[in-house]
Amino acid sequence: MLSNILEFFDNIFLYIAGLIRHFFAWLGFNATVTEIGMGLVYFIAIIAVCVLCALFYVIWERKLAGYIQRRPGPNRLGPNGWFQTIADAIKLLTKEDVVPLNADRVVHLWAALLIFVPPMLSLAVIPFGRQMAALDLSIGLFYLIAVSALSTIPIFMAGWGSNNKYSLMGAMRGVSQMISYEIPMVFSLLGVVLITGTLEMQSIVAAQNHIWFVFLQPVAFIIYLICGLAETNRAPFDLPEGESELTAGIYTEYSGMRYALFFLAEYCNLFVIASIGTTVFLGGWQGPFLPGWVWFLGKTFVLFSFFIFCRWTFPRIRVDQLMNFGWKFLVPISLANILITSIVLFVFNNGLGW
Amino acid sequence: MMQSIVFFLLAALTLGGALAVINLKNIVHSVLCLIVTFLGVAGIFLTLRADFLAAVQVLVYAGAVSILVIFALLLVNQGDGKMAETNPYSRFGYLGVAAAMLFFGFLSFSLIKTTWQTTGIAAAATSVGEIGVRLLSQYVIAFELAAVLLLVAMVAAIIIGREVKDHA
Repeated sequence: MLSNILEFFDNIFLYIAGLIRHFFAWLGFNATVTEIGMGLVYFIAIIAVCVLCALFYVIWERKLAGYIQRRPGPNRLGPNGWFQTIADAIKLLTKEDVVPLNADRVVHLWAALLIFVPPMLSLAVIPFGRQMAALDLSIGLFYLIAVSALSTIPIFMAGWGSNNKYSLMGAMRGVSQMISYEIPMVFSLLGVVLITGTLEMQSIVAAQNHIWFVFLQPVAFIIYLICGLAETNRAPFDLPEGESELTAGIYTEYSGMRYALFFLAEYCNLFVIASIGTTVFLGGWQGPFLPGWVWFLGKTFVLFSFFIFCRWTFPRIRVDQLMNFGWKFLVPISLANILITSIVLFVFNNGLGW
Repeated sequence: MMQSIVFFLLAALTLGGALAVINLKNIVHSVLCLIVTFLGVAGIFLTLRADFLAAVQVLVYAGAVSILVIFALLLVNQGDGKMAETNPYSRFGYLGVAAAMLFFGFLSFSLIKTTWQTTGIAAAATSVGEIGVRLLSQYVIAFELAAVLLLVAMVAAIIIGREVKDHA
């Protein structure tokens, strides 16, 4: 009985998707139109996940930051201040949208929208639960890497289009930082790919039903976390923003909701990084008793809280330190990790030693 | 039917992006349109079931373009007002048209002349494994040579960069 209920909750989103599919069939659509319709439904679901996560994590970050700094944090609106983000969003939506006169208008305005494209595309292949990925690509992990490579472009567009020295310097920093840290990040994921022999997200999750890869690849996991922070431009790697040096970096000339969109995208990106980390290293949606998607959200929550903890604990790294750390420390270590993993796998698979 | 609609949409995107690259006067706008072109090509790869190639196209071309943008900026930043004329090659319009027509004619000539072989084997569901095996067996020399070439370029870049620093 209990197991039946648990199974129902495990598959609840699959049932909802099936219901919508039946509804399309009932409306008399043919197969192609139904597929397009389901694609739209998945798209809306991904947007909903993005926005809800961002809403929750913004307030959670402020709460946790308050706890770390021994102050109450937002505590006025709603029970214990939990409605603060909603009020902030309404305030930002009603603010005037100021565009500098000499800004490169099209580039400036589109940057705030395009910044959402990489996290949205990434979330399409993330398995949120049993069979719960909008797309299960055979090159899943590689697709994620390819898509996240695009996230430098909106950053650059924001910096360039604002026609502001601080913005441009922030963008230059952001682009060089994201390109540098992408390399050790890819290498850290490669260790897991070597073990599983597949790039498919669901297969990577399934390969972890005995042991999570965080125990087999601890070094890769740590490198992944560091690079994840750098890729999302979060403190201690928030050099593109760097408010003590560059006013607000790439965000300097943005106001109102467009400014908020960048922060929304930052939280979406962070959620994506936490999701990939969960899927690849922490066993994905697998776990006892509770439904898969609850496990998934729980694990991402833990990772996210760790990212917040990092932000409010470490001071900002300097530009030269950033590059040295990336190229002279993380890249060699991640390469060594791949080499050792390959040797161990070779020995293991050929039955020598053991 | 569906496939040809998608193909024509992607082709329009690719060609439109490419046209914008050569017609825009501002080089940053040109580079941004180049990204659109690359993404369109990646989409065409996807319709041909070359999913790995499409991802490589996005990662290597569309992603690395941002570095190109930085170079463009470092080379041509001329201050206010002059940005509108930073894509100097858009001046050589007629020459460009002639060169493009010549290249197009050459390409279509060879495309028509070639007899395309088709095998009865269906396209694999995923190409990445096969590509990996081929790269490290059949084409291993070319693969390693490309790697050495990149290494040489990288070392050279570092040496040049260091030298400039020493003189300054």
